Amino acid sequence: MIFMLQWFADMVTYQWFSLIKGSHLADAVNFFVYDTLKIFIMLSVIIFVVAIIRSFFPPEKTRKVLSYKRQYAGNIVAALLGIVTPFCSCSAVPVFIGFVEAGIPLGVTFSFLISSPMVNEVALILLWGMFGPSIALIYIATGLTVAIISGLVIGKLNMEKYVEGYVYEIAKVGDGIEMVVAEQTWKDRLLYARDYVMDILKKVWPYVLVGIGLGAGIHGYVPTDFLAAYAGKDNFFAVPIAVLMGVPLYSNAAGVIPLVAALQEKGMAMGTVLAFMMSVTALSLPEMIILRNVLKPRLIAVFIGIVATSIIIVGYLFNALLPG
Amino acid sequence: MKIEVLGTGCAKCKQLEKDVYNALAELNLAADVSKVEDIKKIMSYKIMATPALVVDGQVKIAGRLPRKDELHSYLKDIEK
Repeated sequence: MIFMLQWFADMVTYQWFSLIKGSHLADAVNFFVYDTLKIFIMLSVIIFVVAIIRSFFPPEKTRKVLSYKRQYAGNIVAALLGIVTPFCSCSAVPVFIGFVEAGIPLGVTFSFLISSPMVNEVALILLWGMFGPSIALIYIATGLTVAIISGLVIGKLNMEKYVEGYVYEIAKVGDGIEMVVAEQTWKDRLLYARDYVMDILKKVWPYVLVGIGLGAGIHGYVPTDFLAAYAGKDNFFAVPIAVLMGVPLYSNAAGVIPLVAALQEKGMAMGTVLAFMMSVTALSLPEMIILRNVLKPRLIAVFIGIVATSIIIVGYLFNALLPG
Repeated sequence: MKIEVLGTGCAKCKQLEKDVYNALAELNLAADVSKVEDIKKIMSYKIMATPALVVDGQVKIAGRLPRKDELHSYLKDIEK
């Protein structure tokens, strides 16, 4: 497949546009065509598969599994289930209350809430496509670790009193663990997966194109190692600045990754790249606003502080460990 | 027939409400449609993912939008 994509990108660049091999413009165009095709094929195929898998893990089922778990084991299972349970921040409030109702410890709930948006399929596919499978796997592993550890720390802090009181009132009324899970046939799952792919593509395609476009421009025009002095390993402040910059970019993970891939090529350190990506996905402003409905400000601040600190540690760690 | 659309105000929840009205108009059915935004009431249906569709007290769909043919079949079933 990779060979065919390269062949097509070469044809577009050198025959259709008649660009001269080796020129900056030809490099940029070739890169743009190749990456765009690759990313959209990967997005379509993998999101389809992920949607089918997810149709087997509704949050009601996840809640049932977690209700038998305590700390440690619970945090690990919660972070893992966060990968496969479909979760949109608009459901954050009912999911949070449902978890409290089932007696799931606060820290375990947070492990789920952190892992779910951070280890998401769009980010993973793009990381895989732009940096290769090993970086995508490192992202999954460290994302899970951040979710597990942050949840454990929040659990140890005994912050139950910083959950809004009405949550416990609703939770008291709830009886037992069983919840309704609407039945789905295979036809439902397949059609749902198809619609889900279209939905995501419709949402992310402009960001992906802009991201790849900017990336292609940087790839073709900016000299190698241009960024090494600013965003390389030796700049101590690069990691925290990257994390801060990630917070307002929450909805644009799809566009950010192709851009960051180009920046990495020009000297941005890999740990800084990972920390930036995690901040984009895990720390989102609208999710905080929604969570404010169930959490008092103090708990939100602790949540942000712990997650941000863990992400910064991840950044420094991989800057020390990874080459380039 | 009583139809309830459960949702805390997200875009998909509003879409579901619109879809229900459209489906009823196309099928020429009358129903008492209401939007449930109160989180206490939503939780009382024992679901966690919104949007959700409740027809005559029974949860039909939670956490996703129904397809058009799916939605029509739920509404027609009840009519019989």
